[in-house]
Amino acid sequence: MPEKPDSKRVLEVRRLNVEIPVPGGMLRPVQDVSLHVDRGETLCVVGESGCGKSLTSLAIMDLLPSKANRTCDEMQLSGDNVFHIGERAMSDIRGDRMSMIFQEPMTSLNPAYTIGNQLAEALQRHRKVSSDEARERAIYLLEKVGITAAASRLGQYPHQLSGGLRQRVMIAMALMCGPDLIIADEPTTALDVTIQAQILHLLADLQREFRMGMILITHDLGVVARIADRVAVMYAGQVVETGTADQIFNAPQHPYTRGLLDCIPIPGKTKRGARLGAIPGIVPSLVGHMQGCHFASRCPQLHEACKMKNIDLLPTAQSGHVCRCLLTQGSDAAARKAEGAVS
Amino acid sequence: MSDIVLEARDVTRTFMISGGFMKPKRPLHAVNGIDLRIRQGEVLALVGESGCGKTTLAKMLLGLLPPTNGSLELDGNPIETMDRLRIAQTVQPIFQDPYSSLNPRKSIGSIITLPLKVQGDKDPGTWRKRADEIMELVGLPRRVYNNYPSQLSGGQRQRVAIARALINRPRIVICDEPTSALDVSVQSQILNLLQDLREELGLTYLVISHNLAVVEHMATRVAVMYLGRIVEEEDADTLFDTPKHPYSKALLESVLTPDPSLGVPDTHLGAAYPNPLDMPSGCRFHPRCIKAMTHCSTIAPRKIPFGDGHVECHLYDENEGKGMLAS
Repeated sequence: MPEKPDSKRVLEVRRLNVEIPVPGGMLRPVQDVSLHVDRGETLCVVGESGCGKSLTSLAIMDLLPSKANRTCDEMQLSGDNVFHIGERAMSDIRGDRMSMIFQEPMTSLNPAYTIGNQLAEALQRHRKVSSDEARERAIYLLEKVGITAAASRLGQYPHQLSGGLRQRVMIAMALMCGPDLIIADEPTTALDVTIQAQILHLLADLQREFRMGMILITHDLGVVARIADRVAVMYAGQVVETGTADQIFNAPQHPYTRGLLDCIPIPGKTKRGARLGAIPGIVPSLVGHMQGCHFASRCPQLHEACKMKNIDLLPTAQSGHVCRCLLTQGSDAAARKAEGAVS
Repeated sequence: MSDIVLEARDVTRTFMISGGFMKPKRPLHAVNGIDLRIRQGEVLALVGESGCGKTTLAKMLLGLLPPTNGSLELDGNPIETMDRLRIAQTVQPIFQDPYSSLNPRKSIGSIITLPLKVQGDKDPGTWRKRADEIMELVGLPRRVYNNYPSQLSGGQRQRVAIARALINRPRIVICDEPTSALDVSVQSQILNLLQDLREELGLTYLVISHNLAVVEHMATRVAVMYLGRIVEEEDADTLFDTPKHPYSKALLESVLTPDPSLGVPDTHLGAAYPNPLDMPSGCRFHPRCIKAMTHCSTIAPRKIPFGDGHVECHLYDENEGKGMLAS
């Protein structure tokens, strides 16, 4: 496929919100999320369950449940608006210019069709190609994702493959049309550690080779550290911190990010048997409107000002590093330090 | 030795698997000749990929599944001669998923006190008091006594599962992936809790996990399983500092520490996990082993004692693999 002569930004999302009506009021699982991904870049979205990371990706793909309502200032794929363009146009884009890899390959592959059928369909839905050409591309990609005897695999059904092979098939399927953007939602969570390393290797190699933008959604900080160019940390529906992998892991600014990094045992660093850090409390309910910082109820560095107003995602001292915390924000930070000194 | 609380000697468990319509059943050797000793107060971790037989072994140690061959002893008494209630007084499990291991129709109080009822505890008047004690010990607020599992968070549910396991004061707790269904911040709370309880109550743990970072953090001894065999067993420090078996090395290399300066490791493990119905000949690991020698595919390696532990690999067999050791 010829390289499109566009700029290097693949995805630009500004101020995305998702609202879902629930019995108790309005659930706001995604609030004010802004993301961008460049060509050849891997953005990792990391957070705990319920933080809105998966719904963010579904909102970008326009795959939210029908009663969910999304609003957004801007959503562009390689410079073209992809927000509210209608189901017809969107389904032309999905699987063609952006595609998705899900967590559990067994449930996302159709058990009633062969691998070959499903791979060919992904291409023939979007391109006028003969089934021979589709078959050829399928074999080419299966080989690319490290499946041996690719031609003979085309006639197999998903249940005949192991978990690792199925995930490779999913990746091949996502690549059939040569997408600009690939969204991988927990692609290795259901796999063994040894297979996980192989799949991550593969994703990184393919992304370099095909120069795609990739959003990788995960809860595993180890995965993030090893594969991400940039990281967005989400908590309770919001992005609380974004920066390069180096900035996030070596100089985290937000108290939540720091707490999260303290929670995991690191071989060679954490003393064996020593106590691990913990984040006390639980995630707040996202039903209704919330005043102030979402992390306020669990933050070890809480101040009065944190509960007063909503906090914006603002740049820190380092370029490209933004953080949603008063501690790190210019005049407020100074004010809070002063306040802290008094109290 | 008297401090061995749980011992498995040459234990094998075979399942007969349907070979398909009109075809004979085929044997699947889930656990294939395992020797294991758990000493009082230690934390033995069992690691390996899914399908290697970890959970089957745990079920046998709990007395839930009889072994096909071999013997299992609890405090020196053969498990098969003991009755269920007695085993349950000594060994208790904590399962992976607190969402499915708690009965959603029962209140937290009745879940926690059920073991007392089952054991025929004589004094129902004290149940509430004992439940309160154990709930405090595992960090559950008293007010959840009358709640239902659906009203609790994942971490709280796992605390309920721990409270239920501990209310009869067992000496051995078998934790099957105790934190893998939990979020990172909750995982650390549960790991801390398990450590505290171990010191406070003098518990012995068998921890089954695929998360080696967790294992390294908790374990005092580690047994690495591959296709139904323990290929290496060693105290935790030695195993993590100098793993011997190529499979242990590959497993350790595939641990993703959160260090952005390192890339994704290449474990050289090649093809996927072999089909346990169709085991490779010789050393079972040889098709994936980067150090495989010619005789690995024909001769099964012996168990070679090493300090306090053992390894099953031709590389360390003095009679044949001397030259390879140096490389």
